[in-house]
Amino acid sequence: MKSREITWQAGGQQGEGLESLGEILASALNHLGYELYGFRQFSSRIKGGHTNYKLRIAAKAVGTIHKSCDLLIALDKDTMQNEALNIQEQGIILVDSILAQDYSGQARCVAIPFKDIAQKHGSQLQKNIAALGCTVAVLGLTEEDLEETLRKKFIAKGAEVVAENVAVLKAGIEYIKTEVPSLLGVLPLPELKHKEQHLFILGNEAMGFGALSAGAKFMAAYPITPASEVMEYMVKKARKLGGQMLQVEDEIAACTMATGAAYGGARAFTATSGPGLSLMSETIGLAAMTETPLVIVHSQRGGPSTGLPTKHEQSDVFAALYNTHGDTAKIVLSPSTIEEGFYDTFEAFNLAEEYQCPVIVLADLQLSLGKQTMLIPEYDKMEIRRGNIVEASSLPPIKAPEYFPRYSVAQTDGISGRIIPGTPNGICLGTGLEHDESGRPTEAKDMRIKQTEKRLQKMKTFLANYKKALAVDAPYSEADALVIGMTSTRSCIAEVVEILRQEGKKINHVQVRLLLPFPAKELEQYIRQAKKIIVVEHNATAQLAGLIRMHIEQCPHLENILQYDGDIMYTEQLLASCKEVL
Amino acid sequence: MAVLQDFKNNVKPNWCPGCGDYAVQMALQKAVVQLGMEPHELALVCGIGCSGRFSGYIYAYGMHTTHGRALPFAQGLKLANPKLNVIACGGDGDGMAIGLGHTFHAIRRNINITYVLMDNHVYGLTKGQTSPRSDLGFKTKTTPTGNIETPVSTLEMALAAGATFIGQGFSLQLQELTDLLVAAVRHPGFSLVNVFSPCVTFNKVNTYEWFKDKLVDVKDIGGYDAGDKGAVLNHVLEHEGLLTGLLYENLTKPSYEKISGLAKNNQMQSVKKLAPDVFSELLEDFY
Repeated sequence: MKSREITWQAGGQQGEGLESLGEILASALNHLGYELYGFRQFSSRIKGGHTNYKLRIAAKAVGTIHKSCDLLIALDKDTMQNEALNIQEQGIILVDSILAQDYSGQARCVAIPFKDIAQKHGSQLQKNIAALGCTVAVLGLTEEDLEETLRKKFIAKGAEVVAENVAVLKAGIEYIKTEVPSLLGVLPLPELKHKEQHLFILGNEAMGFGALSAGAKFMAAYPITPASEVMEYMVKKARKLGGQMLQVEDEIAACTMATGAAYGGARAFTATSGPGLSLMSETIGLAAMTETPLVIVHSQRGGPSTGLPTKHEQSDVFAALYNTHGDTAKIVLSPSTIEEGFYDTFEAFNLAEEYQCPVIVLADLQLSLGKQTMLIPEYDKMEIRRGNIVEASSLPPIKAPEYFPRYSVAQTDGISGRIIPGTPNGICLGTGLEHDESGRPTEAKDMRIKQTEKRLQKMKTFLANYKKALAVDAPYSEADALVIGMTSTRSCIAEVVEILRQEGKKINHVQVRLLLPFPAKELEQYIRQAKKIIVVEHNATAQLAGLIRMHIEQCPHLENILQYDGDIMYTEQLLASCKEVL
Repeated sequence: MAVLQDFKNNVKPNWCPGCGDYAVQMALQKAVVQLGMEPHELALVCGIGCSGRFSGYIYAYGMHTTHGRALPFAQGLKLANPKLNVIACGGDGDGMAIGLGHTFHAIRRNINITYVLMDNHVYGLTKGQTSPRSDLGFKTKTTPTGNIETPVSTLEMALAAGATFIGQGFSLQLQELTDLLVAAVRHPGFSLVNVFSPCVTFNKVNTYEWFKDKLVDVKDIGGYDAGDKGAVLNHVLEHEGLLTGLLYENLTKPSYEKISGLAKNNQMQSVKKLAPDVFSELLEDFY
């Protein structure tokens, strides 16, 4: 019998090849056409080198992991002590026989001599591949399903290494066949109705790829968890395209350099997390005041200060919106899937140039470090829009001391013509001070008011034009409840909503994808349709709920579901919490 | 060809009468004319302080950024727009206090820009506080009993950071300063020009006369070799940094643009959709 879906998990010490074990399995399954979601977990209970990787395998799209798993590969004690508790009753544990663990749970626990299997056909370092072989056998796959992926993975190291790994893989499969035949194919994968080609992509890579696809060729950044993969992706790709990724001295330099490059006409960005955004707040103000198209990818982790650097949280909403002093005109997008991470980052560069302002792509740790199958981005639909850049050919000759009115207040939409420095007859000034239409400092009250309103008008224009402020699943015009979330909780909420609907409840779901300017009018119509509003977020101060209250007049009573323990949200827990407040 | 008038914008600087910065402004205008630049080919990037207003007083593209951040901005601008001549300006507060980290790293990065640092050993715009360049014992509003912190040695710092061009000028020596700025802009890499630009309002110690007395032109030092880093350091130590002229130049270390490959292939001005084959190639990583 085919299952609905399978969650596979492997835990062990870092350096045991767990990551490549997960990668190879996932890559092969992606080729076979399965939908996947992979997430590497860090546990605060465990010191030292433990790591574990969960992979959810399904026939339809999945966007998060569950707390439980069906098949667990345990290569260290920590895995047995902590992760084995979460296994399904019908689940299977394949534990390294050298661990000799007493397991008293309900699942079936089988000791496997991974090291011996590997050593016999290759070297003991390949015990991860032996575990892969056993996995393949239990899932009812064959060596042919994996061979090509193994070849691709190891071919750079030579044909001999490929052959050795294939031999260990086969030996793992063979071990199950001969020694534990009752496990063979006992956890079959779901049936695939149709096969579509997917990418299997890390959130941070999707955002980096989105930036590159949008023509971004300049990045300056400072390494920080969980955003570093964006710079690591860019450094691999930018140079060949005539661009550059610079690792600089600090986040202040990173953000300021990107702003300088954007002023210079490039599409430029930086990526950061927690403390990095605090350091960037000064330059975000400069970009807003000088109307420079800066893009920042910000991946939230636990705060404040250094907080929980490797843990998930959504507590930088207010910081992303308001950490810069003054009346700051900027845009904050909040993608809720890895796919949206690609498209929103792409779009951020268009919006930054069209509205001549900083744009923050507000992600979170789960979105950044989750890995998901996603449809190939539609090349034909990707459009680059640069906004109002004034070309040299349209400029009449000017001479000193005459300036181009870069900050003209004549336009009703607030968007004045931007000049790329170096353009003949376009000389103008820029300053973080309040300025006149040519960018010269001024304290004149009339001009101060006009320039402030100009900058803020751009945001009004943007909000009126933007079509992707909300991700809506609201089939009920009179709903029992509306669940509102942001960023990576999308999939978890969607699963819970689905279960509640099956139980006869009328539940609508809106994921807010634009946080600044806040799409109050659009959201309000869904709020009016529901008897109860439940706002789900990963912080202690209910920041999203606060935004809703601030922007929606006569806001009804909101129920908050808040999680701030550093873990991601699991369907099981959220379902229970929702039932409590319903 | 542009003349001096083409770089003037008729804005009256907010500097005090007699401020050393006027001479720097004049020398810079003369230098860019001598270099054959047109105003639109020049971008001036400044920080905050008296010298921060520089970009607003010369007719060219100008960006007046935040305190201490002129250099990161200028470096990003130069890499993105390599045809532009980028000159960053700042004072000793901007470059040696709040922005010292950026100054050090900009020097070691060696991007082809020029940094003009106006050094008056005091904070002027905020009306007379100590600077990291203030002498020991120097009395200001914030050091009423005299400065007790060792002044930063700009020149030693620059040498330690791996500078490829260090020049030092003085506001009273207009011609020498102009020549130095010309050489600095022509240098293929990061060039630092520190200018002693006296503050006539808040520094009654390090005055024009004080500098005139103490400064030694390296041309007057027999056998001075601007290519010998060890010897240059010795001269700097011996004269407590009070030297003028082209102090150090290293032409063997390539610029950032050269090492990175940007000098040969820089497509940052080309903002367009990826070619279909490039896009397909990028997808390959994710199958």
